[in-house]
Amino acid sequence: MGPHLPFVGTMVENLRTAGGVFLLLLETIRSLFGRWPRRRVLVDQFFLIGVRSMPVILTTGLFTGMVLAVQSFNQFRRVNITSMVGAVVGVSMVKELGPVLTGLMLAGRVGAAITAEVGTMTVTEQVDALRSLATNPVRWLVLPRVLACVLLTPFLTLMADLIGIAGGTFICVNVLNVEWAFHYANLLDWLTVWDISVGCAKSSCFGLLIALVASYKGFNTEPGAAGVGKAATEAVVTSCILILVSDFFLSVLFAAIRPEWAE
Amino acid sequence: MLEIRNLHKRLGGKHVLRGVNLVVNKGEALVVIGGSGCGKSVLLKHILGLMRPDEGQILIDGQDIAHVPERQMNTIRRRFGMLFQGGALFDSMTVAENVSFSMDEHERVPATARAALVSKTLATVGLKGVENVFPADLSGGMKKRVALARALATDPEFLLYDEPTTGLDPIMSDVINELIVKMKQSLGVTSIIVTHDMTSARKIGDHWAMIHEGAIRIHGTPDEVFASEDEVVRRFIRGQASPEQLHEVWGDAARAADGPPAG
Repeated sequence: MGPHLPFVGTMVENLRTAGGVFLLLLETIRSLFGRWPRRRVLVDQFFLIGVRSMPVILTTGLFTGMVLAVQSFNQFRRVNITSMVGAVVGVSMVKELGPVLTGLMLAGRVGAAITAEVGTMTVTEQVDALRSLATNPVRWLVLPRVLACVLLTPFLTLMADLIGIAGGTFICVNVLNVEWAFHYANLLDWLTVWDISVGCAKSSCFGLLIALVASYKGFNTEPGAAGVGKAATEAVVTSCILILVSDFFLSVLFAAIRPEWAE
Repeated sequence: MLEIRNLHKRLGGKHVLRGVNLVVNKGEALVVIGGSGCGKSVLLKHILGLMRPDEGQILIDGQDIAHVPERQMNTIRRRFGMLFQGGALFDSMTVAENVSFSMDEHERVPATARAALVSKTLATVGLKGVENVFPADLSGGMKKRVALARALATDPEFLLYDEPTTGLDPIMSDVINELIVKMKQSLGVTSIIVTHDMTSARKIGDHWAMIHEGAIRIHGTPDEVFASEDEVVRRFIRGQASPEQLHEVWGDAARAADGPPAG
């Protein structure tokens, strides 16, 4: 892999990351069946990852819903179906924008924080110290973060959906003078439980990706302050790309298994 | 008894350990000396199973632990305590939580007994009233002492020290040296101390082993090592640069003999 073949080097590096993340997933699943982490460690992570992310997620959801309303209103006005704007905002938020934007914001906020923390622990030998004290670092460090991300991302997504729809509705009804009754009827008509559930399921997968990639990058941090920074950047970029790519495949998958009652 | 047979390890393309053979008897304090980056710390990490050898055996009381699976390794690790170079205290926990980490992980100790044990262990290393302090607020010497207390809390048979006096002032270094001697005498632990601090080596070592170019260059009592005719050994224990190194510093101005040019 000389400098004349940077592409091959990147490919190999990406494959290595993919393999490493997959092995970490297996190890995390295995540690699920052992003794669980202490309650305080779990509560700390749930608070840090769930509660502390709420302001960012709510802001993102609110403004996404509002801008979506404004932009679709301008398009829909030409064909005189402005009463459909609410439905467009609702469906877009629930199916795609809610889960994906929540995932991307969490990748930046939570992913970087996990990598920085685990990375610092790696380079200061705290991870080795855990092992020297006969403690599995995956159970101690990764499991709580994975659980928090997997279980809380759907709730954060629901919040983003909700506030996005509320913001869109506010803009439609109060600013753009769309008739409330039509707006509300169309919104309810087009939103389905299935779509909301699929959005939540997808966001759980994104949460899993974020926690695993961030932990993996943390464990494989190169020594030094520059190493931790580099690892955090890589974690954010990698998990953002994985979220966008897996979103496509998950959407296709869920569309294929869509049951009849959801039509 | 701990025995290392023909240990090889390559790291990042570099052949760090090239057939290390070493025997450490029960209750003995073995000082491993050698230049920076010669593989001393790598050797320690192999003994604890934090790194696995490419080749060779590590026998503890006759049992080869070189390729024991990680889970079984944890049982073996509980017979060891390790003092890491920077202390490697968990910085998200207080001193008391660090010291009681192993108890909390592997045993069920009631809170009062736990507090008493923590105080007792801290008293062993000469610390009092620091239970609720976080590691970030401790001086370098105190961090090492807390880390030693954490290693002692498991009642280990073997204590491994990775450069215990590096980065400490001479007085604090002496305190740590005295503690190492005290652990050996009062608790009867077998100690392996990796260092390049010759003052420290003189004070604590029953035997010395010197690693040079990935193998044991000499192993014996301090007197035997001092009496060695080997030029590499003599230069190391006297702290003298080799003619080649002098040439690197002084260029052609350096004479072939020892020392910088006079005048």
